[in-house]
Amino acid sequence: MNKYKKITLDGLIFNNPTFMLVLGTCPTLGLISKATSALYMGLTVVVILTLSNIIISALRKLIPNEVRIPAYIVIIATLVTFVRMFLEKLIPSMYDALGGFLALIVVNCIILGRAEAFANKHTVAESAVDGLANGFGFTIAITIMGIICEFFGSGSFFGIEFMNFHISMFSQPAGAFIVYGLCICAFTAIIEAFTRSRERNKNAAKREMLSRELMEQYNIEPGEPAAQPVKAGGEA
Amino acid sequence: MTATIVVVIISAVLTNNFVTVKTYGICPFLGVSKRTSSAVGMGIAVTVVMFLATAVTWPLYMYVMKPLNFDFLEIIVFIFIIAVLVQMLEKILQKMSPSLYNAMGIYLPLITTNCAVLGVTEFLLDEYPSFMNGVAMTYGWAVLYAFLAGLGFTLVMILMSGMREKIGYQKQAKYLKGTPIAMITAAFICMAFTIFSSIIL
Repeated sequence: MNKYKKITLDGLIFNNPTFMLVLGTCPTLGLISKATSALYMGLTVVVILTLSNIIISALRKLIPNEVRIPAYIVIIATLVTFVRMFLEKLIPSMYDALGGFLALIVVNCIILGRAEAFANKHTVAESAVDGLANGFGFTIAITIMGIICEFFGSGSFFGIEFMNFHISMFSQPAGAFIVYGLCICAFTAIIEAFTRSRERNKNAAKREMLSRELMEQYNIEPGEPAAQPVKAGGEA
Repeated sequence: MTATIVVVIISAVLTNNFVTVKTYGICPFLGVSKRTSSAVGMGIAVTVVMFLATAVTWPLYMYVMKPLNFDFLEIIVFIFIIAVLVQMLEKILQKMSPSLYNAMGIYLPLITTNCAVLGVTEFLLDEYPSFMNGVAMTYGWAVLYAFLAGLGFTLVMILMSGMREKIGYQKQAKYLKGTPIAMITAAFICMAFTIFSSIIL
């Protein structure tokens, strides 16, 4: 169970594909001008990433090592074709919102990266969890940036207009680049502060445990001041 | 004819630039732009692959896949052709000029997963694109456009690498180092390129 928790936390936060590894930047920058299309992109990537991770980890003993990259690309391209046909027929609004970036999911580095770095070495269940975690890490990141860009770019929230102002730069690639850069900056700062405080807590706990062990060794009560004998010797 | 050529050149290189306007091919744009020499090499390699890929996929789609109703397979076929072309280019370079091959190093196989290459082949399948002023897309136009889009990519790579080399000498805030400052630099290049979007053709 602990193993799955670690995979999930790695995918969502500590190895977040968007903020920590900076993968899959093309659809991110192209679609964060609208929060809705960003969310659609994230969900599509979740589906394709999970399925490709499952298929690749199930076939990992069958695929020869020399031709693994072409094999992965063909698997991913097949999945993207299926998803594209599905969306075109059943959810046309989503198909229109994603535009040209739907076909470009094939060359999204996150999917090939997870296949290469994780799915070809782990079991099917682990790979599925990893796919979900990384996909949702990507979705959350891209949706947060979409909300920021849409707020400044057109004064609306998921298409609902509530403020009558817009800075047109934020609905263009320039604003997307700035928001992405500053978001990476903020995210790394927060993660570093978090890890540092956790390490400090861990060190404090360790120190306390060590001192308690020493006290037990020398039969000193926890309330008793430890430095008394030394002081007495100094006076003499 | 001449007017259309001028329109296509301005559209491909400036107003519809693949990196700054369409945001395709950002991964090499951020990853390989630390030094100008590698940026130029990457730009030329991507231009060659974009040109060759369009030269193969466009007639294949228009004259074989579309009449036979195989057009739903376009993603699989296109990515396969691009992968084969990159592999072929790698082998040819290895034999013909090992020095260039060594200079390219790891960047060459990475072109397969470059959005700009698959993006240009998909983008050119439109029969009457808006930038063509009502002139129908033909094989010659498609190949020319792909080549020019590659040149636009190279131009932006060179601009970006120059700016990043200068920024490398400056003092930077701790968390802005690396990718975030590169993104903000790229934002300024994008701002400069939005000027061209007001050109009325």
